[in-house]
Amino acid sequence: MFQTMKRPSLPRTLLLIACTAAVLGTGHAKAAEIQLLNVSYDPTREFYTDVNKVFTAEWKAKTGETLAIRTSNGGSGAQARSVIDGLEADVVTLAVSADIDAIAKTAQLLPTNWQSKLPDDSAPYTSTIVLLVRKGNPKHIKDWGDLVKPGVSVITPNPKTSGGARWNFLAAWAWARKANNGDDKKAQDFVAQLYQHVPVLDSGARGSTVTFVQRRQGDVLIAWENEAQLAIQQLGKDNLQIVYPSVSILAEPPVAVVEENAKKHHTLKQAQAYLQFLYSEEGQELAAKHYYRPRSSQALQKYASQFPKIDLVTIKDFGGWAKAQPEFFGDGGVFDQIYQPK
Amino acid sequence: MIGLTAFLGGNGRVGVRRHNVLPGLRLTLGFTLFYLSALVLLPGAVLLLRATGIGWAGFLHIVETPRTLAAFKVTFGLSLAAAALDTALGLLVAWVLVRYRFPFARLLDALVDLPIALPTAVAGITLTQLYADNGWLGAPLAALGIKVAFTPLGILAALSFIGLPFVVRTIEPVLEDLESELEDAAATLGATPWQIFARVILPPVVPSLITGFTLALGRAIGEYGSVIFISGNAPGKTEIVPLLIVIKLEQFDYAGASVLGMMMLAVAFAIMLVVNALQHWSSRRLGF
Amino acid sequence: MALILLATVLLVIFFVLPLVLVFSAALGEGWGKVATALTDPEALASIRLTALVALIAVPCNLAFGLAAAWAIAKFTFPGRSLLVTMIDLPFSVSPVVAGLMYVLIFGLQGWLGPWLRLHDIKIIFAVPGIVLVTIFVTLPFVARELIPLMEAQGRQEEEAALLLGASGWQVFRRVTLPNVRWGLLYGVLLCNARAMGEFGAVSVVSGHIRGLTNTMPLQIEVLYNDYNIVAAFAVAALLALLAMVTLIAKSLLAWRLALHGDELI
Repeated sequence: MFQTMKRPSLPRTLLLIACTAAVLGTGHAKAAEIQLLNVSYDPTREFYTDVNKVFTAEWKAKTGETLAIRTSNGGSGAQARSVIDGLEADVVTLAVSADIDAIAKTAQLLPTNWQSKLPDDSAPYTSTIVLLVRKGNPKHIKDWGDLVKPGVSVITPNPKTSGGARWNFLAAWAWARKANNGDDKKAQDFVAQLYQHVPVLDSGARGSTVTFVQRRQGDVLIAWENEAQLAIQQLGKDNLQIVYPSVSILAEPPVAVVEENAKKHHTLKQAQAYLQFLYSEEGQELAAKHYYRPRSSQALQKYASQFPKIDLVTIKDFGGWAKAQPEFFGDGGVFDQIYQPK
Repeated sequence: MIGLTAFLGGNGRVGVRRHNVLPGLRLTLGFTLFYLSALVLLPGAVLLLRATGIGWAGFLHIVETPRTLAAFKVTFGLSLAAAALDTALGLLVAWVLVRYRFPFARLLDALVDLPIALPTAVAGITLTQLYADNGWLGAPLAALGIKVAFTPLGILAALSFIGLPFVVRTIEPVLEDLESELEDAAATLGATPWQIFARVILPPVVPSLITGFTLALGRAIGEYGSVIFISGNAPGKTEIVPLLIVIKLEQFDYAGASVLGMMMLAVAFAIMLVVNALQHWSSRRLGF
Repeated sequence: MALILLATVLLVIFFVLPLVLVFSAALGEGWGKVATALTDPEALASIRLTALVALIAVPCNLAFGLAAAWAIAKFTFPGRSLLVTMIDLPFSVSPVVAGLMYVLIFGLQGWLGPWLRLHDIKIIFAVPGIVLVTIFVTLPFVARELIPLMEAQGRQEEEAALLLGASGWQVFRRVTLPNVRWGLLYGVLLCNARAMGEFGAVSVVSGHIRGLTNTMPLQIEVLYNDYNIVAAFAVAALLALLAMVTLIAKSLLAWRLALHGDELI
């Protein structure tokens, strides 16, 4: 005998599924909300959470418009690729200008002279590269040279995907160059040696911090200054300490409006105001609170105790990102040459 | 999963050639082909086009860089090891589950499928936490000087984890079908337990062992989510091919990513053909 | 006996421990933290998105599985084996490659990209893209359960029904479906588990927009990188719970089959 299956009725089931899907799908849309998408690099999570809160409140007070600012975080290079592939960012706030250049060149979503559109080469704040070690500094790490001592394990992210990793690389190079009287060949040897000490290559700066702090890998983390400070605040004043090297690099993470996207979404005004906010005194103070070195002298003075003086080179010492990016990090570049599998 | 043993190559028909009398062939076949073409064949073709669009020289250039070669070595080497480990362990587990009755047998049996039901990201962070130097398993192992997380061993642990159910579920039905009378007969004829195992039990199981091995292998090669957390991602040592694909994609190197993707696809296809042929051969020769 | 012990110990170490760890890590700071974590807007958004994706992907692949199994099991035609192999392809493809393929088609630099942008249709880095890759990755699950099942059951019952005057749909609904219902359910279970848990493919096409395009597995990664281990494991625990429910349901099904004597190959 054929068993008649107790049919819950296929059409009814399908209708139920469709309705549920519809409800779920529209659950988050609110009326009359202007959406802004900020595609950012890895360590800025906490910073932009705060900025977004303050800015949306201010914008509402000023214009009556309700803004919903969403962020996406990831390695700077990876994020740039997403934007090129169609992630419709209204603004990008990335780690290196080379990544925004790539968006301009490959996807033509903003003009190639984007960097001149905002003050200070479109970098409202700066940072630098420091060394984070365990409390008590058991391996006695004082400067870059100590990183290649036997038995020292170094954590730094993958320069191919992370912007911070590229700043790390160049900072190390800068020190080695200086220590060897400008000999770039010796600098390359040093950096090659350095990467021999790296057991883990995360795709973003935050990933490396997690590896170092949470997973307790490595003896020293090469990190953004702001990231290192944040880690200490959030995760362990008693576990971690910062070592300021003798030489480091001025890291200038740039911001830009992705004009083609903003025009398409009719958010050009809001996007521009959003970035301008970063340059305002309020924005600068927020940055300083999150351990970014502000451009504003007022904020800098107020938070001076957080930011020790340090000998800094700049990207211009490497010929600018336009030269440095392909030379060091492009296909077949210096990094590819020195990072050969054993 | 269990359906795999009799899945592919079910052409063991004997007898009269049949006419298709049932209705609906055009509708269902049409829908099936459309669905497959849109979702599988078309994307596959686009990938192929992108990958071959750079010419043979470009192809070789991408494939022959030390980093790529190392990634393939890591991926295939560790996948093979994991599949082998799974085969041994899987045989043990399946044997125990089939042959013995004990109180929590059903619980264990349900547990075997955990890696299939568990999302890969969950497996990833959990295994990493477990095998990290301060983890439940990692700490005792570290005391013995064995580091698991962020080393090839960690990748091996993750790959074995996700592959085990495939082996177990593939050989279970075969083990069930074994006639224990044969073993009894061999015992009365004076065979030692080892001889019974090697000469009576093992031979019929070998084809399904190979199938299980190959399935676990195929799964391990493409695995991303569970490996990415526990791997150190160090080029040359713990960098797997799927990660390299993502990295290339993130560097706007579509051609490179496509080439690697195509190679993975080709390998997957080859593995499937092998499994297919194995099933076919085993069903014809041995009736399993 | 020693063997049982060995097998048990192994399974406990490799399978039970991870499960216990997920829950213990989630509850590491108490139930309150778990509640906060799961009611966070971003977490809720990720749960909604995961549910939505599964709700679309599973029925699609269910329909596909039924259609494909009907065509393959009840008919003979040239190219059958090839078709079966094609269906199996997504199962063996690395999820990252799956994501890559869809980026190559729908991405801005891809084949359909410019056209999509022109018409303001967002696929990649939006929910449709996530749904698509999930459908791809879970495509074979129902089919590969049904095909051997239907093949083993043969055509006789259907042909008999036809002889007795049933229409095609009636044959399907009244004869075939009841016979395969447990295999169907099993396939749906697995399909759903995979759809909710997919990471690699979704990671490539998601864009990781917080509160918008992060599924639960992606949200776990985000939380992990936000230094929020407890919250990450809280979401993971939810998924692990789902996995356990899947396992229990699957066991019940298998047990049910053993009782009823239907074949679940």
